[in-house]
Amino acid sequence: MELNPRVPEGPIAEKWSRRRFEMKLVNPANKRKYEVIVVGTGLAGASAAATMGELGYRVRAFTFHDSARRAHSIAAQGGINAAKNYQADGDSIQRLFKDTVKGGDFRSREANVYRLAELSLNIIDQAVAQGVPFAREYGGHLANRSFGGAQVSRTFYARGQTGQQLLLGAYQALERQVAAGTVKLHTRAEMLDVVVAGGRARGIVIRDLVSGKIEGVAADAVVLATGGYANAFFLSTNAKACNVTAIWRAHRRGAGFANPCFTQIHPTCIPLSGEYQSKLTLMSESLRNDGRIWVPKKKGDDRRPSEIPEEERDYYLERMYPSFGNLSPRDIASRRAKEMVDAGHGVGPLRNGVYLDFRDVIERAGRRTVSDRYENLFAMYEKITGEDPFEVPMRIYPAPHYTMGGLWVDYDLMTTIPGLFAIGEANFSDHGANRLGASALMQGLADGYFVAPLTVGNYLADAPRSGTGPDDGSFRAAVGEVEALQDRLLSVNGSRTVDSYHQELGRLMWDQCGMSRNEAGLREAVGRIPELREEFWKNVRVPGSAGTLNQSLEKAGRVADFLEFAEVICRDALARNESCGAHYREEHTTEDGEARRDDDNFAHAAVWEWRGSGTEPLRHTEPLDFAEVPLARRSYK
Amino acid sequence: MKLTLNVWRQAARGAAGDFERHEAGNISPDMSFLDMLDLVNEKITCGGGEPIAFEHDCREGICGSCGMMINGIPHGPNKLTTACQLHMRSFADGDELWVEPWRADAFPVLRDLVVDRTPFDRIIEAGGYISVRTGSAPEANATLVRKPDADKAFDAAACIGCGACVAACPNASAMLFTAAKAAHLSYLPQGQAERGSRALSMVTAHDEEGFGNCTNHGACQEACPKGISVRYIARLNRDLVRAVLSGVGMDQESSAGE
Repeated sequence: MELNPRVPEGPIAEKWSRRRFEMKLVNPANKRKYEVIVVGTGLAGASAAATMGELGYRVRAFTFHDSARRAHSIAAQGGINAAKNYQADGDSIQRLFKDTVKGGDFRSREANVYRLAELSLNIIDQAVAQGVPFAREYGGHLANRSFGGAQVSRTFYARGQTGQQLLLGAYQALERQVAAGTVKLHTRAEMLDVVVAGGRARGIVIRDLVSGKIEGVAADAVVLATGGYANAFFLSTNAKACNVTAIWRAHRRGAGFANPCFTQIHPTCIPLSGEYQSKLTLMSESLRNDGRIWVPKKKGDDRRPSEIPEEERDYYLERMYPSFGNLSPRDIASRRAKEMVDAGHGVGPLRNGVYLDFRDVIERAGRRTVSDRYENLFAMYEKITGEDPFEVPMRIYPAPHYTMGGLWVDYDLMTTIPGLFAIGEANFSDHGANRLGASALMQGLADGYFVAPLTVGNYLADAPRSGTGPDDGSFRAAVGEVEALQDRLLSVNGSRTVDSYHQELGRLMWDQCGMSRNEAGLREAVGRIPELREEFWKNVRVPGSAGTLNQSLEKAGRVADFLEFAEVICRDALARNESCGAHYREEHTTEDGEARRDDDNFAHAAVWEWRGSGTEPLRHTEPLDFAEVPLARRSYK
Repeated sequence: MKLTLNVWRQAARGAAGDFERHEAGNISPDMSFLDMLDLVNEKITCGGGEPIAFEHDCREGICGSCGMMINGIPHGPNKLTTACQLHMRSFADGDELWVEPWRADAFPVLRDLVVDRTPFDRIIEAGGYISVRTGSAPEANATLVRKPDADKAFDAAACIGCGACVAACPNASAMLFTAAKAAHLSYLPQGQAERGSRALSMVTAHDEEGFGNCTNHGACQEACPKGISVRYIARLNRDLVRAVLSGVGMDQESSAGE
């Protein structure tokens, strides 16, 4: 597997302009001859499809939702970063770049991160022009707030619904192109394979989720914008339908999978309330701007929070990280919360949370101000727990959230399969081992509005026209494989439900490959997952038939993929003999319990190559160079 | 808790449907309504049946996927609450519940509780956007927006497109959805140029999709999980009248013909 990152030469600040200048262009009259497939219509997919449609390509966009507006991007609450320096607090492209590289614990590709910081400015301009109702100051200017891992206020927000508003902006741009006839939108269509012919991506196989019909769709390039895979843990903050299928099946067709073990555990989720629970709910990180995190100093203290006097509270983040305090990066805040709970300081009925307390800010700024900032989050919390955060502190605990790993891509966001691109959370490129708050939306939109439309064009300008169609052998073979897999799932007719396997896998992953990992646990998981997979194929029960709307069948295919993929997550975690960002190996820590990186041996992206079911995958590496932000120990103290 | 559920079962679009009775046991008051349906579905699956199809995704009240009539009320008995955020502590042990899909001609049932809501997308397609090129835009702070206007735009933009308004309306009208979208853009300076034509084209699309007319029942506002106000419908109607009187539609037609 060749891993050429194709990073342009020259000073980092000029790399993107240089690449844009070097790119081959497609004559406007020729653009309409090219068909481009975009899979997924979240922030990355909708913005990419809309922009490429506007540029003149014939675009076909696919989503398994009933509408392009439902993608999980919609649930992002807190905000989007941009180095606008509207607050004149010293922000700059350079600083956003540096914060992101450092926040990612030096495991991202510098050139990509710089471009992300650079494009952040254009994203805000674009969103405002589309009518995204960002928060405003009384003078009419855009408002900002600060977010975890940053000491400047560079986060733009729309109450606690920034993801929804940005997605609606991109969705409206997409619908505008649908009306204009440049984009054909296929809803309730799930991608189940990539078709590779002559060494290039030539199309996809989809299942119509209503009729059950399976068909091949040909194109000149394919862009995957299908999000992350944190649902490998079953309980996560991701929407229930988020899965790994699209990128996993691309991986099985030859796309390298990078850094799968980099799974971010978000510190501010509502703790689990019982066994039956299907997912965990995230409380926006923006709450950490004003909320103070604490636990009782005394173990097992079961007094009500208001009865615990100030001197008996441990504001542990403020104590341990005085300069960042409650805004410490996610990996650190998560680990410290786990330590507090593990040590017996947990709060709530199951003693599985820590307090996020708004008492002080309510006293200081008033209930009205706090309500303006966080009203919908407070209401959501109250619905779920039955407790009012104005009266009693919230309880929070970490949960699997964003996945920094994904398909390996070069600077042009192209995978190791020519013609197959991966953008947004589906790729691995920008966040290293840990993602800073408010930067997922930034990457989705930067990739979709500004990067992929140009780099896909550059590819098309040089690539031979497809000439293949759904009737060709490669398409028929891929369709046949998808049908066979589906028939196999339906014919097992065992005694356990799909969800029960997913739950069991999730528990195993959380215990052995969650917030902290060690060699023994990972070896156990690598042994156990194939057994579970085998049992699944012998004993799963998938009711119904293939030719109808069948949600059990949809889930079964995704869980089958998680059962293969989870093993690679654990192998990746096992091979990475260091701690970095979200990947915390218990064997590799400093004396004060912080992660200890090994830059001599692991300053690289690990890229896995599929070699068939039951065969150990191959690990390749792309060395990472830190010329602009010198390798240094992360310190937030 | 124990509950008796009467759930609408329908195999496919156009097929005959009927209520099916299920006893749901081991219900915790902390469960969400959808967690409870998951539990019922596990039982159905293990018993050899086909689980109840229903739509859901984020389970955080924001994606707008979920939605069902629970005892005749869209999203169930609690105000400002989606079905996924409705918790079982809102019900009493032994309650009997009736669970149905949205009922509207424009939203055909696809299976059980799943309906086709693509007409909403086609209303947006008709003009629910600002016609700005993607990829190039002026500096963001060059467009000032008064905070009260930004707040009002936001209030309207909070619509999640779930369709509860249609389900609640005796005329199955989608005017609350259409008005929320139009109002969001009409409060912003960027949205002014197309304000009239947008109102006209979106309302035309709304009618063509087979939604009924608004006759001011206000049931939509009651049912809306995001608290969208019917005042936006009045605003849309004013925009519509102004557009018709000033010949916006005719301008559009003539410019389209040039």
